[in-house]
Amino acid sequence: MALTLPAAFSGSISRGLRSVSGGGAPDLMPQGRLAGPMPWVIAIMVALTVIAAAAGLALSNTASNASDALSGGATVQVIEANAAERDRQAKQAARVIQAMPGVLEVHIVSQDEVQKLIEPWLGVPTGEDQIPVPALVDVRMREAVDGEKLGQMRRLVRQVAPAARVDAQSTWLRPVFGAIESLQWLALALVGLLGFALASAVLLAVRTALGTNRETIEIVHLLGGTDSQIARIFQRAIGFDAAGGGAVGLGLGLVVVLFLGRRFEGLGAGLIDSGALGWADWVLLALVPIGGVLLAIFTARLTVIRALRKML
Amino acid sequence: MTNATDGEIVQFDNVGLRYGTDREVLSDVSFTLFPGSFYFLTGASGAGKTSLLKLLYLAQRPSRGMIRMFGTDAITLPRERLPALRRRLGVVFQEFRLVPHLSAFDNVALPLRVAGVPERDLLKPVADMLEWVRLGERMHALPAQLSGGEQQRVAIARAVIGRPEMLIADEPTGNVDPDMAIKLLRLFEALNRMGTTVVVATHDVHLLKKVPESLIMRLDKGRLSDPTGALRYPPRPHAGFGARS
Repeated sequence: MALTLPAAFSGSISRGLRSVSGGGAPDLMPQGRLAGPMPWVIAIMVALTVIAAAAGLALSNTASNASDALSGGATVQVIEANAAERDRQAKQAARVIQAMPGVLEVHIVSQDEVQKLIEPWLGVPTGEDQIPVPALVDVRMREAVDGEKLGQMRRLVRQVAPAARVDAQSTWLRPVFGAIESLQWLALALVGLLGFALASAVLLAVRTALGTNRETIEIVHLLGGTDSQIARIFQRAIGFDAAGGGAVGLGLGLVVVLFLGRRFEGLGAGLIDSGALGWADWVLLALVPIGGVLLAIFTARLTVIRALRKML
Repeated sequence: MTNATDGEIVQFDNVGLRYGTDREVLSDVSFTLFPGSFYFLTGASGAGKTSLLKLLYLAQRPSRGMIRMFGTDAITLPRERLPALRRRLGVVFQEFRLVPHLSAFDNVALPLRVAGVPERDLLKPVADMLEWVRLGERMHALPAQLSGGEQQRVAIARAVIGRPEMLIADEPTGNVDPDMAIKLLRLFEALNRMGTTVVVATHDVHLLKKVPESLIMRLDKGRLSDPTGALRYPPRPHAGFGARS
């Protein structure tokens, strides 16, 4: 029987380094995705991570801006019932402080300004029932006000206004800074937990896909496929899911962040306004889905390689 | 023709295999396969043919004994080095084991893709191979759309497309008509003449007569039995090696 062999046996086969199922090759897994809801799970995770990260960054900006603004500030309260004496002591205090080294600016807050400050709590004072309020002297120093400078200022001020109180402005907001710091840690913990949840979801999806495609994987193994080649198939599938889900999640997250930003702007509260996100923050938020994709791919690879090591 | 050259391609020495705590399905199996030889592995159903083939195509490690393949100790070989060894083999599985969601073309192309052959270089060889096994017009069909015989031909095409150094076939002609069975055997012989060692497991005694140059290994209840003793390890000098059909 004459036998003509197929061309496969007559030519040499060039062997490259392409992965199995790469290029224009079909997917070795029956469905393009690991699991139907996977992109949506990733989208939700990324959206929540973007919101948590944006909150953390805004809080960080708030704390940083407030700290910068208040670190060089001190306030002198001249407590004296007699209005004329109070004004005299305030002027004396301002004069001695001005002479201190490192002082940038000394400003005696007018009684009208003080009344406006306390108006939301005590209302508009009228005639005889007017409550005496301390005179305030606002001090700006070149550097942060530390304990030594504060002590020196107190000694000088008490020589001219014995009942005066001198405080660093940053000490007033110390509890607020503490709360902001706690919220920042909370945001960071949430980002970490969401990353963990994303990795767990990927792990479960990959394990399910491994079980479903076990026969195909065994065949590829027996044909000489390596663990890395098989892992790449899963990495690619989860990578596509994570990229699609990540893009949708980023969009959702940014819509929520912009919406909340508008709402907080409307409050007109100085401390909150100072938490606006800068361009570097937006870039960081845009990196969240990329981080999600990398985390998903890494988790998929680790899961597949560990599972395949149990096979021959 | 058995054109064996110096040195063995496979060496089994006192190999035993058991699944779990059951009794051994293979016991004290010792033999040597030489490059370029054609072997039939025969035996009744349950004799251990498929288990022996699984050891040959590295789907299973033995419970005891020593296996050397292509000069490498296959027992102690780290699993990350197994793929390189497997790529030197072509396997026709008894149940075909085609990837169900891939077309006939993609199933045949799979070993080449695993080996990293670029897409442009595999189109013609795969199409020619499918044409040769008379499946040229069915190359886009899924395995479920093919008959048993057609699936078997796809499985054979997949096994030989990469020109393996050793072809292992488990009942390769079980589901094809006599004409195609002869044609497939001729393909195996042609491969053998080009230097490929061929091991065909079959219980079809008529098939053995079709390849006069073949050597026969007979399994009986997990042990290699051969009245002449020719197949026992260590092998006799090549001229007298094997029981000719």
